[in-house]
Amino acid sequence: MVRTVRRGRRTAAPYAFLAPAVLLFTLFILLPVGYTAWLSLRKVQVKGLGLGKGARTEVFAGLDNYRRAITDSELWSGGLRVLAYGALLLPIMLGLALLFALLLDRPRVALRRFSRISIFLPYAVPAVIASMLWGFLYLPAMSPLNYVLAKLGLPEPNLLSTGSVFFSIVNIAIWGGVGFNMIILYTSLRAISPEIYESARIDGCSELQIALRIKIPLLIPAIVMTTVFSMIVTVQVFSEPMTIRSLTTNITSTWTPLMKVYRDAFAADDLYAAAATSILLALFTLVLSFGFLRFVQRRAFGEER
Amino acid sequence: MAEARRPRLAILPTAVLLIGAVYCLLPVAWVVAASTKAGSTLFTSFTFAPSGSFFDNVSELSSYSDGIYWRWMLNTALYAGVGAALSAGLSGLSGYTLAKYRFAGRSVIFNVLLAGVLVPGIVLAIPQYLLLAKVGLTDTYWSVLLPSIVSPYGIYLARIYAAAAVPDSVIEAARVDGAGEFRTFRTVALPMMVPGIITVFLVQFVAIWNNFLLPFIMLADDNKFPVTLGLYTLLNRGNTTPALYSLVITGALLSMIPLVAVFLALQRYWRVDLLSGSVKT
Repeated sequence: MVRTVRRGRRTAAPYAFLAPAVLLFTLFILLPVGYTAWLSLRKVQVKGLGLGKGARTEVFAGLDNYRRAITDSELWSGGLRVLAYGALLLPIMLGLALLFALLLDRPRVALRRFSRISIFLPYAVPAVIASMLWGFLYLPAMSPLNYVLAKLGLPEPNLLSTGSVFFSIVNIAIWGGVGFNMIILYTSLRAISPEIYESARIDGCSELQIALRIKIPLLIPAIVMTTVFSMIVTVQVFSEPMTIRSLTTNITSTWTPLMKVYRDAFAADDLYAAAATSILLALFTLVLSFGFLRFVQRRAFGEER
Repeated sequence: MAEARRPRLAILPTAVLLIGAVYCLLPVAWVVAASTKAGSTLFTSFTFAPSGSFFDNVSELSSYSDGIYWRWMLNTALYAGVGAALSAGLSGLSGYTLAKYRFAGRSVIFNVLLAGVLVPGIVLAIPQYLLLAKVGLTDTYWSVLLPSIVSPYGIYLARIYAAAAVPDSVIEAARVDGAGEFRTFRTVALPMMVPGIITVFLVQFVAIWNNFLLPFIMLADDNKFPVTLGLYTLLNRGNTTPALYSLVITGALLSMIPLVAVFLALQRYWRVDLLSGSVKT
């Protein structure tokens, strides 16, 4: 008797333990994804003047919203801007993270702990706050760069002008992201047994050669992972331009695709366009991250076929 | 022989790291200096030159709109603290279950949860708003708290950690001693998983604290704002009233202190190696 009761409790236990997670996952992830997909295929039909009850009804729209999205020049310019943003941000941010991680792992480096904590610190600063700090530093009236240049009698740049604001926002993202990626790469390096380097050192390899020939190849899985996560985050850039927008008129309300999704849904009251754009962005993210993984796999493990 | 070659300091690598550190500390040093300036000197004195108005700024910030700033800080503590605690608890229990039980549907549940890691936040935020609006929960604390609790990434981390840190034999021993399944988890497995769970807590804490879009969409009443959203609206108002800028700056500085404190306090316990997908035990 006792045995069967206990056996029964044990088989029921995993389901009971997972129930809250599965329930919340269904409510706040699965259902919203499904709902977005559904909304993206709908549109509002207006009867007459669109006034009064029943004048606006939701009907099936097929792929209309998608057709509108892919022919929307604002979405294209926002999308291309984010591609350029990522093409600049990712190599610099991840390159610096890798450089710092390798230097931290190198022998005979002083003030290691101070540098590690300082570079990691921006991870604890939310993007909105980080953008405020940098935004004020960019204001010509406050910028130390402008102060120094003015003292020297040189022309002062406006870091928030149409041409510069793009780079200014890339800088905020680099600042916010280097430390986190550095820590991931650094911990991966620490996990490698130091014996591997010993024989190389005995053979007279320099630290630079060890870094290039041994450490970087061993880090490739971690580099691939940080790249994929950074790509996913980059496609959704929102907080930085949204905050900087408060300080300059040179950022439009559709500067990035996510800003356009926000505007469509809440300012322009066009949920259906917002839903279709969201789905397109999600698909783009998936294609990008899986495409990158496939590409890397073929490059790294190509010989095995 | 080896003694004779005294380890020399690697100057160039040290210098490069220090430049990196200075770059990362620059805005922080600026905000510390700027928060000591009165609004009138903000634009006139050298950016990094400190002044003596810090406490005036704090008291001005505290009296702004009946002390709403401190309310925003409390709200943030609630959203990020409670949200991350619930999330870490749920991730711990779910991760442990997925790592330590064999049951029908295990791999299906795990794979579906894992796919959730890849779903971009944008696809979620708007429908989450609409769905919560249907049940009348938008513009409530729940609307920001509830969507933050389930974290596919947190469950994934907890599963890796539980698999490595909790031996099957210990669970078996507890069962033989007559402990129930939940009791085994709570008194035997959970203590072994503490570093992993602290890591999930911190990752979630930062993620919620950093999530601007969700409260931005969900909340209308500024009494419920987290500090990021509160300062954002203040910054926007600063466009017309630049005097608010010194409040934004002081508020930004004060908002950074608790998180840095949490990080330094928990530094010893959190397992960064988990984030790169590897665990040494």
